[in-house]
Amino acid sequence: MRYLPLTQQDRAEMLARIGAASVDDLYTDVPAVARRTGLVDLPLHQGELQVERALKAMAAKNTPAGSTAFFVGAGAYRHHVPASVDHLIQRSEFLTTYTPYQPEIAQGTLQMLYEFQTQVALLTGMEVANASMWDGSTATAEAAMMATRVTKRGKVVLSGGLHPHYADVTKLICDANKIAVAACPAAIDGEAKVVDLIDSDTACVIVQTPNVFGTITDLAAIAEAAHAKGALLVAVFTECVSLGAVKSPGEMGADIVVGEGQSIGNALNFGGPYVGLFATREKFVRQMPGRLAGETVDADGKRGYVLTLSTREQHIRREKATSNICTNSGLCALAWSIHMTLLGEAGLRRLAVLNHERACDLADALGGVKGVEVLTPRFFNEFAIRLPKRADAVVETLAAKGVLAGVPFSRLAPGTGLDDVLLVAATETNTDDDVALYARELKKALA
Amino acid sequence: MTQLRSTRGVSGGAADFETVSGSRGGLQATWLLFEYGAVDRSGVDLPAPKGRPDRLGGLARTAPIGVPGLSEPEAVRHYVRLSQRNTAIDLGVFPLGSCTMKHNPRLNERMARLDGFADIHPLQPVSTVQGALALMQELSRWLTSLTGMPAVALSPKAGAHGELCGMLAIRQALIARGEGETRRRVLVPSAAHGTNPATAAACGFIVDEVPGTEDGRVDVEAFKAKLGPDVAAVMLTNPNTCGLFERDVKAIADLIHEAGGYFYCDGANYNAIVGRVRPGDLGVDAMHINLHKTFSTPHGGGGPGAGPTVLSERLAPFAPVPYVVADGEGFKLVEHVEGQEFGRMVAFHGQMGMFVRALAYMMSHGADGLRQVAEDAVLNANYVLARLKDAFDAPFAKYGPCMHEALLSDKELRAHGLETVDLAKALIDEGFHPMTVYFPLVVHGAMLIEPTETESKTELDRFCDVMLALEARAEAGEVEFFKTSPRLAPVRRLDETRAARQPKLRWKAEEAAMKQAAE
Repeated sequence: MRYLPLTQQDRAEMLARIGAASVDDLYTDVPAVARRTGLVDLPLHQGELQVERALKAMAAKNTPAGSTAFFVGAGAYRHHVPASVDHLIQRSEFLTTYTPYQPEIAQGTLQMLYEFQTQVALLTGMEVANASMWDGSTATAEAAMMATRVTKRGKVVLSGGLHPHYADVTKLICDANKIAVAACPAAIDGEAKVVDLIDSDTACVIVQTPNVFGTITDLAAIAEAAHAKGALLVAVFTECVSLGAVKSPGEMGADIVVGEGQSIGNALNFGGPYVGLFATREKFVRQMPGRLAGETVDADGKRGYVLTLSTREQHIRREKATSNICTNSGLCALAWSIHMTLLGEAGLRRLAVLNHERACDLADALGGVKGVEVLTPRFFNEFAIRLPKRADAVVETLAAKGVLAGVPFSRLAPGTGLDDVLLVAATETNTDDDVALYARELKKALA
Repeated sequence: MTQLRSTRGVSGGAADFETVSGSRGGLQATWLLFEYGAVDRSGVDLPAPKGRPDRLGGLARTAPIGVPGLSEPEAVRHYVRLSQRNTAIDLGVFPLGSCTMKHNPRLNERMARLDGFADIHPLQPVSTVQGALALMQELSRWLTSLTGMPAVALSPKAGAHGELCGMLAIRQALIARGEGETRRRVLVPSAAHGTNPATAAACGFIVDEVPGTEDGRVDVEAFKAKLGPDVAAVMLTNPNTCGLFERDVKAIADLIHEAGGYFYCDGANYNAIVGRVRPGDLGVDAMHINLHKTFSTPHGGGGPGAGPTVLSERLAPFAPVPYVVADGEGFKLVEHVEGQEFGRMVAFHGQMGMFVRALAYMMSHGADGLRQVAEDAVLNANYVLARLKDAFDAPFAKYGPCMHEALLSDKELRAHGLETVDLAKALIDEGFHPMTVYFPLVVHGAMLIEPTETESKTELDRFCDVMLALEARAEAGEVEFFKTSPRLAPVRRLDETRAARQPKLRWKAEEAAMKQAAE
């Protein structure tokens, strides 16, 4: 067994030192009825070759995005990740270390987190960011709870453009904590409608831009209306590359900005692991969830970094903590930070333009197909189209032709009456041929 | 697991000199990337845009963003230099109790990066991801067989998220029974991980602490006294955070069930019993499994983890969506269930990347190897305990063997004017990552040592030799030596109090410019 160093002789010597006759003597505290003598009914150990063969057979039954013309988004996006990112995150010292509890021998992780926090703050236009959350959806739920702590109010308002899964996760946590949730009905261009639902008990409004239909919204007026009534504005995004092209939520008055960071540095991975980004204003930092790296000095006065403000966290504050989060998404945050460093502002801006232009190409091509209507008025790299038939059926038809055409809105939110709406995303990875193939096959499917 | 004690280092004692460059031999000096990157420098080559008019509706970002870039050689060097300031399991013993820092097999990394797993989208048509659903189903088979539990929810993203899954399932079950408003109290032993009370509170429950006994277990009499019609559940870690098996676990399970509550088991320490004890046989109703502990997926400097949660027959109907079901020849992904109240915990289907790694690990070890994993982990911990228990105070050693981790107190150290943190920092200079310190809270100055099964006897002997040698120095009264440790790490002891009092959580261009002007 290749991962186990002890030999039978080692085991015998160690048992002798312990004063136990056999390893069974070490399990005597286990109630007799629960002691299993035989093996669990599962296969026995195997070599690398055999395991690799079995797993490759499973992998071969999936259709990788890269083997198709791929236009699926709605919360996860296929981008090119530079080769050096994956090489660097696989360095032992990053991959096989723990949360930096002993800062003197974890300065690599801590400085990286400090840089990550700075990058996230700059990108979102906010003052401070934490060291990552599990993903965009859980970060959104955490933002809702944080807003209730900051305002000491008990109601949260969700926009009709918030990703339905994000709304589900947020409702789940709010319900358990008796926080009222008022949700606007699904709307392609109705983020500002949240303002109508603000009352004197509203802790925050949660809006998404670009929203799940791809629509970009100016948040300034929403921020003003929310603030006038003592509520916070939580801004959500699922595509962080958009921040290279679209005005940041911070510039538009958001109080908390959360989103999915997967697009930068991280593969699709069938939904995880991803990395939640979480940023806010300095005055709210003590109500923030999650870990924070901070600068300090060592005994010689030299600059160094530590985890700080941990009196907010579960391991100190227990049931009074700002969140139960412990393990976050450190290695995905590292991948994000490395990719962002490789891009730099110039690279990020160009990447964002390439995404936007590709989406414009796609909108033109699909909008030119008879019976198809582009619904999204302003977008970054994702938009919604209305089809003359059910979107899920069209998606299945096109999948057989090598085109993964997008996400039927009904898959995210069944029963909303939008069964003919398809969410479509384009990125820099799509070629002219991909776009042409999609339009051609869509035309055939609708003929 | 935790570092509760603030440190403020003492200078002096370093027999050292300053280099001109700031580097120290092979250890290169580092700067923040903001101090030498540039907004117009990049490590990627992207084609020129076509320059077509935008459809951003007048919301283009025109103000500077300010994120600097580095070329590829600079970026590679930046992060390799940073990496050299970390220690890691691949470098040496990393005996963080409760964290299970075992070897991370590289086969797992290779498998997780197969295009068929890494390059698939969670919302692709299910007809194009049948292999991924098959893998989730196979992982479920292993987890339910090993634990003796009928169902598993795969979507939780980490251990604490798994706790949330279990406790919300309990909440839904109580609501279904019409007791959602009356059963609000959750019993949590004093030795529990901080996530347990934090999770219970995050689910809207009221936390009630149960004291422990002198031998490091839950006080069953005190537990019994706290039971009542308002109790929703007990959250019990087993093996517990003192590294001990709860002997009365069956009685506790029976008592909570008789009282109408549920038994949540924190499975953080499942690695001690995998293949030998099935939580299902102990009366557990819900238990999360940290794939990044028991099943070897890498900790990555603080995640990502994965926290699949096994559920009893009683709780299975209250599991979150999505889940996979067999559908004729293939598999179906159930993403919405009419009338099911739990709903969804996370945007997608869980940590697929971790599922692949964990399954590769399970298949590599097999039923036989996994049992050996538990036995060797327990053997290694007991060996360390046997070697250290006379030199240090081991408060529970006299009551019998430990499980996968050995617990010491700071009694011996205090007698010499030292604290746990001082020993921890001295261990750093010896090339070892310190054990978990100041946790669990029930032991003064706790030192929780979890060697894991992937340490050889030779490595354990080296570690124990160093621990004993340091204890001898403590006994010899070398207080100054300890208080000025570490001397040989990339930085000296860091001032955590200052970091918390004057929080500086990011680099700021204005501050940097002011500092430069002042210099």
